[in-house]
Amino acid sequence: MSDTINLTLKVWRQPNASTPGKFVEYPAKNIPTDCSFLEMLDIVNETLVAQNIEPVAFDHDCREGICGMCSLVINGVAHGPEKATTTCQLHMRHFKDGDTVYVEPWRAVAFPLIKDLVVDRTAFERIQQAGGYISARNGSAPDSNSVPIPKQNADCAMDAAACIGCGACVAACPNSSAMLFVSAKVSHLALLPQGQPERTRRAVKMVKTMDAEGFGNCTNYYECEAVCPAEIKSSFISMLNREYVFAAAREAVSEI
Amino acid sequence: MKAIISFYQSSIGKKWIVALTGLVLVGFVTGHMIGNLQVFLGHEALNRYAAFLQGLGELLWVIRGVLAACIIVHIITTVLLWVQNNAAKPQKYAVNNPQAGSIGARTMIVSGLIIICFLVFHILHFTALSIHPEWKLWEDPDGRHDVYSLVIAGFRNPLESLFYLVGVFLLATHLSHGIQSFIQTLGLRSRKIAEPLTTASPYLAGLLFLGYASIPVGVLLAQHLNLPILQPLAH
Ligand code: SF4
Ligand code: FES
Repeated sequence: MSDTINLTLKVWRQPNASTPGKFVEYPAKNIPTDCSFLEMLDIVNETLVAQNIEPVAFDHDCREGICGMCSLVINGVAHGPEKATTTCQLHMRHFKDGDTVYVEPWRAVAFPLIKDLVVDRTAFERIQQAGGYISARNGSAPDSNSVPIPKQNADCAMDAAACIGCGACVAACPNSSAMLFVSAKVSHLALLPQGQPERTRRAVKMVKTMDAEGFGNCTNYYECEAVCPAEIKSSFISMLNREYVFAAAREAVSEI
Repeated sequence: MKAIISFYQSSIGKKWIVALTGLVLVGFVTGHMIGNLQVFLGHEALNRYAAFLQGLGELLWVIRGVLAACIIVHIITTVLLWVQNNAAKPQKYAVNNPQAGSIGARTMIVSGLIIICFLVFHILHFTALSIHPEWKLWEDPDGRHDVYSLVIAGFRNPLESLFYLVGVFLLATHLSHGIQSFIQTLGLRSRKIAEPLTTASPYLAGLLFLGYASIPVGVLLAQHLNLPILQPLAH
């Protein structure tokens, strides 16, 4: 039998983007400390449904920290108080009985609100479509070690590839900059031989799309790194700063 | 030209411009401090240095022009970034709970704009000498402009000293974020140096503050304790 706690939730409720939203207070009673933050919201929603109140809408999918669908700014921190943890993996044992918990959606112009705590993150898809892929046909699996990759690069590319595209970096950034996400996606392919043919175009186009989507400019607060559940390091942003300048220069030269 | 415009229009391009102009200005601020610290060596050293700078003639104006251009571009670009960034996050969170950004980082625009006001006063005060025009006539026994004594005379005014201290303090907070920031933006911040760099940046800025602050503090101490250094020549 696990312990239970009682919380007071202040949840952002907004029926749609064009209607102004507000915080609504809900009690969360007898919450087992073993359940996750999303399961806690499920319990609260059940009580709301029982009272004929519209349940709180929030995003989720895998609930095991890998899909990047869950969100929520919990007491001012994207994905809540635990480091390197998605909201779905955040357990209620990290809260104290009697706590008041503010729950807000990701806030950024580039992530328009859909309903309550759900925002539209398709801007990330459009950035990916602009260049976050390789178009070479892979064919069947090559012999192992036929494409040599330095161990360091392989490790670094794997670290970048860990990004789950959740958007917490944008949510946490005072400028709503998407640089951590874009830097992870650009670096991941720039570090591998398969990413080389489209390297220049990728960096230029993805940054261009990022700017056009209305994300802000990175001013090196490093808030993104602090909340990223995949522990993407801000040194990838530095890598992208370098990558972009060389790519822009290569492109400018090739146009002469 | 098209490439330059689209580079400037991109978020990363603007950051590079801010970082490069910032780098020039950090270089100037460091050199300026080292030059000024010669005030502790007496009127010989400082006045010779000042005469050397004046003797650069046209070159001095080229340097001033480059610095002024850097300042103007730095300000215009950062204000542009600031406007765009505010537009990107119009609605703030009900609970403000920053996890990383330092005070220096969060106050860049404010510290920067106050530094500009300070800079204008500082130039009128010690370069154009418009606040005390009589200083223009001061000469040392070797017939050089007596910059040494006018620096001391300026800092003996507690209000002018205080304003100067506030100015260099804000400069230091600005640079506590700025120094590590240009390394990040110019793409040189690897994972290995990220931590030490972020830690060292405020200390380097602190060093600049101490260097600059030592001059007015030294002048006031020398005046009130009658120390044998930092005493002006008779005029
Ligand atoms: S960089 Fe981190 S915070 Fe940003 S989208 Fe990827 S996983 Fe989420
Ligand atoms: S729901 Fe998939 S990562 Fe949280």
